[in-house]
Amino acid sequence: MSLLELKDVSKIYGTLKALDSVSLTVDNGEWVAIMGPSGSGKSTMMNIIGCMDKPTSGQVLLDGRDIARESAKNLTRIRRDKIGLIFQQFHLVNYLTAVENVMTAQYYHSMPDEKEALEALDRVGLADRARHLPSQLSGGEQQRVCIARALINYPEIVLADEPTGNLDEANENIVLDLFRQLHRDGTTLIVVTHDPEVGEVAQRTVTLEHGVIRRDAKNERFGA
Amino acid sequence: MFFRMIRGAFVRQKGKMAMIALTIALGASLATAMLNVMLDVGDKVNQELKTYGANITVVPKQDAVLEDLYEIEGGDTAAYLREGELGRIKTIFWAFNIVDFSPFLTASAELDGGETVPLVGTWFHHHLETPAGEALDTGVQNLRSWWDITEGEWLDEQAPQSGNAVMLGASLAQRIGAAAGDTLRIRTRNGTEKLTVLGVYEGGGEEDDQIYAPLHLVQRLSGLEGKVSRVEVSALTTPDNELAEKAAKDPSSLTASQYETWYCTAYVSSICYQIQEVITDSIASPVRQVADSEGAILEKTELLMILITILSLAGSALGISNLVTASVMERGAEIGLLKAIGAQDGAVTALVLSEVLLTGLFGAVAGYFAGFGFAQIIGQTVFGSAIDMKPMVIPLVAALVTVVTLAGSVPAVGMLVRLHPAEVLHGR
Repeated sequence: MSLLELKDVSKIYGTLKALDSVSLTVDNGEWVAIMGPSGSGKSTMMNIIGCMDKPTSGQVLLDGRDIARESAKNLTRIRRDKIGLIFQQFHLVNYLTAVENVMTAQYYHSMPDEKEALEALDRVGLADRARHLPSQLSGGEQQRVCIARALINYPEIVLADEPTGNLDEANENIVLDLFRQLHRDGTTLIVVTHDPEVGEVAQRTVTLEHGVIRRDAKNERFGA
Repeated sequence: MFFRMIRGAFVRQKGKMAMIALTIALGASLATAMLNVMLDVGDKVNQELKTYGANITVVPKQDAVLEDLYEIEGGDTAAYLREGELGRIKTIFWAFNIVDFSPFLTASAELDGGETVPLVGTWFHHHLETPAGEALDTGVQNLRSWWDITEGEWLDEQAPQSGNAVMLGASLAQRIGAAAGDTLRIRTRNGTEKLTVLGVYEGGGEEDDQIYAPLHLVQRLSGLEGKVSRVEVSALTTPDNELAEKAAKDPSSLTASQYETWYCTAYVSSICYQIQEVITDSIASPVRQVADSEGAILEKTELLMILITILSLAGSALGISNLVTASVMERGAEIGLLKAIGAQDGAVTALVLSEVLLTGLFGAVAGYFAGFGFAQIIGQTVFGSAIDMKPMVIPLVAALVTVVTLAGSVPAVGMLVRLHPAEVLHGR
């Protein structure tokens, strides 16, 4: 059974159709890149998959449960338990250290565990930067803290919005290596990007245009 | 983690938190000052008003009945109160509210020129041992503090040479050409007596045509040893309300609990009632004009204080509302992120409110002490005395600050509940 299934999902803002009867299936452990130009509906799709918005019509099945019909309270719970979010602007709490930022996700999920948070930072290569504030970290380091935070609660899906959009090439490679590692570990990855290089390293690329899926194909170079 | 987040918010948002604390401190200081003054002002205003005379008169029951029937004052019924019982006034439930009291006995005295003038016997500066074992110096020196001694000095019956000393009203002294140090001969029904004029006073009323003498002297000259015709009492009272008015008409119309409340509150009517309980065959009644003025002044002063307190707290609430709303707007991304990673609205609200309430606590403590300082300035400037620290102001200010802080945070809480993570994290 697929982990995520969108059936005829539409999202309409006033007269604008941000998503127009989109259907998409993502299997467990799959690495999918969602690509498209600005205004194509990528962010809208990410918000709906990430339980941060509801479709105007259609079904969004996560583990067989239609999240399009859930209350805001339940959506928060599902997001907390099943989804790890990675943002282009990192969105770290500026007055908490790297390890405290990771522990924040633990706190709202279950119980903060500093040792486990430090191990998560170690996995993204930031063990020695754990006590630093976001302002004392480079963009790449901040994104790795964001990845550690997204992974700390062992989510079923990691949802990344332009994860390399604010990074230089060296840091982009570090982040993509981390994604490869996550994929090898069996994590389901959905990466929203307009960067072709980031799209090409994914297992499968879905291209959106004007709210409609124009292309959905496996990447031949994947794993190369 | 919760406390780490709050600590982090405090340490790294010092400026913003300091502004919120300052706003709360300003409100709390005004509330503290006004509440302390308001709770103390009753006593202060009462004390001020007590310098303008007695507010309760005690007369024999027989006199009071005649007064009620024929609407005449001071009817001479040959009924008297007993001087020996007067100490009991300081044993009533509200004994500590009895500031001063003095007995009066009036006789007629014929002067050398044939003019007959009232000879009023009273206590001037009388030392009294009450049945409760309390020592008290009381008399008209306190009760008529507005008298202007134009010549000589106040009579002190405790002084050894005060035997036949008297004080003359200024008009009488001028009319008969008497001055302090002169000797005056008077005739009463019990014979002739030589009196020494110790002082001349100007009171502004009928007393300016009278002779004031020590009570024991007038009792001896009238043959009424141990008797007095009237007692004036100056008492600290609470302004009347419906209960007091009902009780003043008929205490027996009260229910048991109403009676208890009335009896244990310093209404002028309950103090009168308690005086009647200890002085045989007496009627104690309020000098209505004085009692009403006291109540009205007190009520208006307290109303003014309450209005200032409400306005200052409303101002604080508006300030807090602006600051906390601005803070939430500024931290929109952070709050959106917390919601995105799983924080429910309640958890985020609790975090923001805890930060604001903790800030409020610092502000309230600082404001309390500043407010107490303001209260002292008001006390010294207006009443010329310190304002007492009222312990009940502390929980009152704490409750008011909590309510104002929470009320001021309502718009911000509404905003953060409505905030969608997608809007602040992805710009939609």
